[in-house]
Amino acid sequence: MPPYILPFEKPILDMEKKLEDLRAFSQAQNIDVSFEIERMQNKITEMRREIYENLGAWDKVLVARHPQRPYMLDYLAAMTTDFTELHGDRVHADDRAIIGGFGWLEGRRVMFIGTQKGRDTKSNLERNFGCAYPEGYRKALRLMKLAAKFGAPIVTLIDTPGAYPGIESEERHIAEAIAVNLRDMFRLPVPIVVVVIGEGGSGGALGIGVGDRVLILEYSYYSVISPEGCAAILWKNRSYANRAAEALKLTAPDLLKAGLVDEVLPEPPGGAHADPAAMSATLKAALLRNLEELDATPVEQLLEQRYNKFRAMGVFGEDAAPAPAASPAPAS
Amino acid sequence: MAFLRKRNYSTVKVRKRDMPDGLWLKCPSCNEIIFKQELEAALNVCPKCGHHFQIGRRQRLDLLIEPGSFEEWDAQLYSVDTLGFTGVAPYLEKLEENRKKTGCRDAMLCGRARIGAHRAAIGVMDFNFLGASMGSVVGEMVTRLIERATRERLPALISCASGGARMYEGMLSLMQMAKTSGALARHAEAGLPYISLLTHPTTAGVMASFATLGDVIVAEPGALIGFAGPRVIKEATQQDLPAGFQRAEFLLQHGLLDMVVPRKDLKAAIVRLLDFMMGRPAGAPAPKPAAPAEA
Repeated sequence: MPPYILPFEKPILDMEKKLEDLRAFSQAQNIDVSFEIERMQNKITEMRREIYENLGAWDKVLVARHPQRPYMLDYLAAMTTDFTELHGDRVHADDRAIIGGFGWLEGRRVMFIGTQKGRDTKSNLERNFGCAYPEGYRKALRLMKLAAKFGAPIVTLIDTPGAYPGIESEERHIAEAIAVNLRDMFRLPVPIVVVVIGEGGSGGALGIGVGDRVLILEYSYYSVISPEGCAAILWKNRSYANRAAEALKLTAPDLLKAGLVDEVLPEPPGGAHADPAAMSATLKAALLRNLEELDATPVEQLLEQRYNKFRAMGVFGEDAAPAPAASPAPAS
Repeated sequence: MAFLRKRNYSTVKVRKRDMPDGLWLKCPSCNEIIFKQELEAALNVCPKCGHHFQIGRRQRLDLLIEPGSFEEWDAQLYSVDTLGFTGVAPYLEKLEENRKKTGCRDAMLCGRARIGAHRAAIGVMDFNFLGASMGSVVGEMVTRLIERATRERLPALISCASGGARMYEGMLSLMQMAKTSGALARHAEAGLPYISLLTHPTTAGVMASFATLGDVIVAEPGALIGFAGPRVIKEATQQDLPAGFQRAEFLLQHGLLDMVVPRKDLKAAIVRLLDFMMGRPAGAPAPKPAAPAEA
C-alpha cells in the first residue's frame, strides 16, 4: 500500500524524496555524500518531531484515523503468542468489528477484546469500518464473563468511530447492549485495562471502556461525539470539525489533565504508524506494568476503586445544601 | 405628511402573536385545533388523536406521585463551563438562556416521594432544559439518587427524556453514562427494583445507560426512543426508515421494552409494578384492575 500522507506530513515527505534523490545520485556517481545524508536524516527526524509536537486537536484526530495506524490485530501479533480468537454472541451473529480471545502476554493469560478496522475496501466492509453492531458488544461481555470465570485479566483495545448507527442496530437494541456492558463491567471480579489506541468514538468506545486503568496513545482521541457531528449540530456545518475538535478537549493530554484517563503512552516520532514495532513495545510494557499492579489488589478493593474512579468524574458547582427542616418530610 | 397617511392604505397583516395568546393550539400529529384548556384537562394528551405532548418536570412529577409527598434532593447542584466551550454560542450563555426559560438550574429534578403505598426515589428529566442533555449535573444527580435509594433501600423510578450527552461538557458527559450505570449495578445487587419510564424523546447517551437498565421499562405512546437519531441513521445508511421506526410501539414489538402505557394510566401501572416488586404493604388497597397495555 502506498504511504498515506496527512497534509502536515507533506514537508517530511518532500525531504524524504530529496534524500532518496541524493542517495541515488551518490550511488550513480560513486561519490561519498554520507555526511550530507546523515545531516538530512537528522533534519527529517527533527522535522518530524517538531511537526508532531505541535499538532492541533484536529491534526491528532487525523493521525488517530490514519489508515496505516496499527490496529488491534497488529498489536496482538507483535505482543502476544497464541492468540486464539473466540467468536459470536451466542444469539445472533459474530460481529467482525469487535473481536476477542485468549492470548499470552509474557507468560500471562489475558482476555483481549477490542475493535478492529479494515485496511482496504474488502476488509473494511467485513469490519464495518470498525463500527460494531449490538452483537459485538454482547460478544465482548460474554468473553469478559468467561475471563472472569477463569480469573484472567481483561485488556480492551479501542479504535472505533462509534457504534454502528443503522436500522438493524436499533432493532437489536444497540443502546441496551452498551448500557448492560457499562453496568456489568463494574462488577467483573478481574482486573480490566482499557487502552484507546486510535479513535475513541463516544458510546461505542465506552461500551468496552470501563476498567481499572484507562490508557490512551499520545495521538489517539476520545470524544463524546465526533468533531464532524459536533460541528454539524453546533455550527450547522460539518466543515467546522477542526473548531469542534479544539472545543471538545478530546486529545490525550487534555483527557489526562481532566482526570479522565490515567496514562498517556508516548508514540514514536511521526506517530504509531511511523514505527509500529516501537509502539507495540511501549504498549506491551505499559500493559504488563499495569496488570502487575492490579494483580496485587484484592477483588473487593479492585471493584471499589473501579467504582470510585468513574464516580469521581464530573465537574459541577454545588451550593451549601438547604436546611433539611425546610422541606416537608414525606409521609411513609 | 403624506408618507404618514400612506400607512392607512397598506395591507393589514395579522401576525400570529397578535392573536389572543395560548387559547388554542394545533396538534402536531393530527393537525386538529385543540382548545388549550381541554388539552390540559386531558394531561396534555390530544383528545382527538391521543398524541402525547411533552410536559415539564413539575407536571410529570404530579402525575406520578401522591400529592404533597415530594421531598427534593440535590437542588443545590449547578452546571459550570469547565471546558470553556466556545461554539457558536458559549455554554454559559446557553445555560443562562435555559435557566431563564425554565426557571430551573438544570435538566433534572430528583427526590423522594410516595407512589401508591411505596416510598421511592424519583428522578424526572425535563426536555425543556437544553434537551435534557446529560452533563455532569444530570449524571451526578442520577448517581446520587440511585446511591441514596440503595442506602435507604428504596425502589427507584426515573422518568427519562434526553437528546443524549451534553456536548458542551465533552468527555465528562460521556463518563456520566458509566457513572450512572455503575450506581445501578449496586442498586440491582442490593435487590432493589428500578423502573425506567421513557418519554418523548429518549435517545443516545441516556438511552445507552440508565434509561435502558430498568428492571421494567415503561414507555409513553409515540415516544421516540433510540440510540442514534433517525436523521443520523438515514444519513449513514442511505436507507429509508421503516414506518414507526424508533417509536415506543416499534420497540415493544421488537421486544425492547415491557409496556407502552398512556399517560393517564401511568401511575396505576407503576404502582402495580412496585406492589409486586416491593411487596404490597399490609392494609394497602388492591389497585384497580389493569387495562391491557397493548392490544
